[in-house]
Amino acid sequence: MSVVTLKIDDRDVSGRDDETILEIARENGIVIPTLCYLEGLSIAGACRLCLVEVKGSSKLLPACATRVSEGMEVSTQSERLTHYRRMIIEMLFAEGNHICSVCVSNGHCQLQDAAVALGVDHIGVPYLYPNRTVDASHELFGIDHNRCILCARCVRVCDEVEGAHTWDVGARGIEARVITDFRTPWGDSDTCTSCGKCVQVCPTGALFAKGKSAGEMMKQSEFVQYLVAMRGRQS
Amino acid sequence: MIEERPLYIPEQNIVLEHNHEIDPEQLDDYFKIDGFAALNHVLTEMTPPEVIDQLSRSGLRGRGGAGYPTGLKWQTVAKAQGSPKYVICNGDEGDPGAFMDRNVMEAYPFKVLEGMTIAAYAIGASQGFIYVRAEYPLAVQRLKNAIRQMEKHNYLGKNIAGTPFSFDIDVRLGAGAFVCGEETALIASIEGRRGNPRPRPPYPAEHGLFGCPTLINNVETFANVAPILRNGAEWFASIGTEKSKGTKVFALSGRIARAGLIEVPMGTTLREIVFEIGGGIPDGKAYKAVQTGGPSGGCIPSDYLDVPVDYESLLNLGSFMGSGGMIVMDETSCMVDVARYFMEFCMSESCGKCVPCRVGTAQMYQLLTKIVHGDATLNDLALLETLCDMVRTTSLCGLGQGAPNPVMSTLRYFRDEYIAHIVEKRCPAGVCPVHKHVQQEVSA
Repeated sequence: MSVVTLKIDDRDVSGRDDETILEIARENGIVIPTLCYLEGLSIAGACRLCLVEVKGSSKLLPACATRVSEGMEVSTQSERLTHYRRMIIEMLFAEGNHICSVCVSNGHCQLQDAAVALGVDHIGVPYLYPNRTVDASHELFGIDHNRCILCARCVRVCDEVEGAHTWDVGARGIEARVITDFRTPWGDSDTCTSCGKCVQVCPTGALFAKGKSAGEMMKQSEFVQYLVAMRGRQS
Repeated sequence: MIEERPLYIPEQNIVLEHNHEIDPEQLDDYFKIDGFAALNHVLTEMTPPEVIDQLSRSGLRGRGGAGYPTGLKWQTVAKAQGSPKYVICNGDEGDPGAFMDRNVMEAYPFKVLEGMTIAAYAIGASQGFIYVRAEYPLAVQRLKNAIRQMEKHNYLGKNIAGTPFSFDIDVRLGAGAFVCGEETALIASIEGRRGNPRPRPPYPAEHGLFGCPTLINNVETFANVAPILRNGAEWFASIGTEKSKGTKVFALSGRIARAGLIEVPMGTTLREIVFEIGGGIPDGKAYKAVQTGGPSGGCIPSDYLDVPVDYESLLNLGSFMGSGGMIVMDETSCMVDVARYFMEFCMSESCGKCVPCRVGTAQMYQLLTKIVHGDATLNDLALLETLCDMVRTTSLCGLGQGAPNPVMSTLRYFRDEYIAHIVEKRCPAGVCPVHKHVQQEVSA
């Protein structure tokens, strides 16, 4: 392992060569939008919001999955990047059925925040209005697939931190959904420990605690990095 | 026996040599065509770096489609830190209109396995996997049979041919997902996980199966290995073009007189392939385009029939070598309909992990459906082009990055057909439902 220096948005920064562009950027207060990334969980590289430009590479690279290297020059903001990031947000809004006004996470939603931060003021692609379901069979929690953006944070936290692996992804493409056990109702799950970690890490109102009304669902996802760090210290 | 077809220009067979002469289920028959001569030679007279050097100098490039230099890949895995190392043969052929790897695995199982064994020696692996789609039961049966016979004759297993080198191969079956042909998804599938791609780097050469250095090559690439080591790198490098050496197997299908498998030197023109070897277009119809490279490829119109077929020239034409499928289309094919067909394929085969591919392919499919029904406007066409650029630039893996290609290449060469659907509400080929609409209106 060695320490490298690089430039992010023309600022000189330094980091270990096993760290990613995103980690170094956040350490230095440089904001790169993300949805599927959560500190403490494995890297998915799925939402593509954190794509950045790296000098010498014709491709855009995901900041969450790209290690820093000596002399690297990274741009996290450009007209081109904003164009693609806005389109990705538009894709997500058009894909599900996101009705903010009646959503439990209204005002505390990372999809909503990303849309505001990127200046998404209209959706330029046709809404797909999919026919999606709600599973309210669990005693404490529910999942509204209409609001799910398939970031798979719930899948990862359940497998990697709780160790239950209740959640997974079923089917594929536009039909893909997060599922519990072998696509059985959540309430019937033999593996779920009802720990609620999945609910806390969900960036939207898809996973929620029962009894919350519109705008009332506040989530705390910071526990993941704390848990992971403390466990690392133990071993 | 299959009837031999009359040849107008000579094909050159390296991968498909001695076709019809041997029984693919008999190891003794493989001996008759110099089987295992290369492996014996390599194990007893060559060091691993010498094997890699031969491969590098031969100029062989990956036959799965992207054309990465095979020798360089072997060298990278050989030098990568970590143990054990693995060899994987990618037999998850899934492009519409492609059946090259199927034939190679069914007719030359020993040759593919010999290539894998040589690769294992060169990079220092002791375990190999051949990943075959379950829809190829005969290929699976013959590969399993060949592995058994090789183990019996000590060409696999412990101390191969009396040397200290040991290597085993297991067959793994795909469960029907096209995306498992993508190398990181394939590795996840072998590990027993959902076949989702992951970002690269790290590449499998460094961080592959179970986190270990892994060599992945296509079936046809491995089938070229034994002939190269038998005849020498110079012999192989003398065939083909400057940057694309050797031969390529193509699967000819669609509107063509003689459909089937052919093997030609790199640099053969499309005209020779379609009109001389393939016998041209049947029923007196006119050639319109040939689709190469499967769902990541493009359509090549008649203006470019004389371009030599190799990796670079196909990329320059907005298409892709791919694994070797060639679908020939005549004047009765509508290019918008063709683009829509491939988009439907990508949409239903997208794994759903990354947003641009999962949602973008569905959006593009909807727009193309609107166009073929005559319901689209020029604004929809502009949106389609914006989506093409976005999905190509931001998708996670090759499936998404290549998905807009059929649309972009048909827009490049057949834009007038899109305009006819949108502005004149007319399908020039008479294929799309928009055509019937207009006729009904006229007769009513």
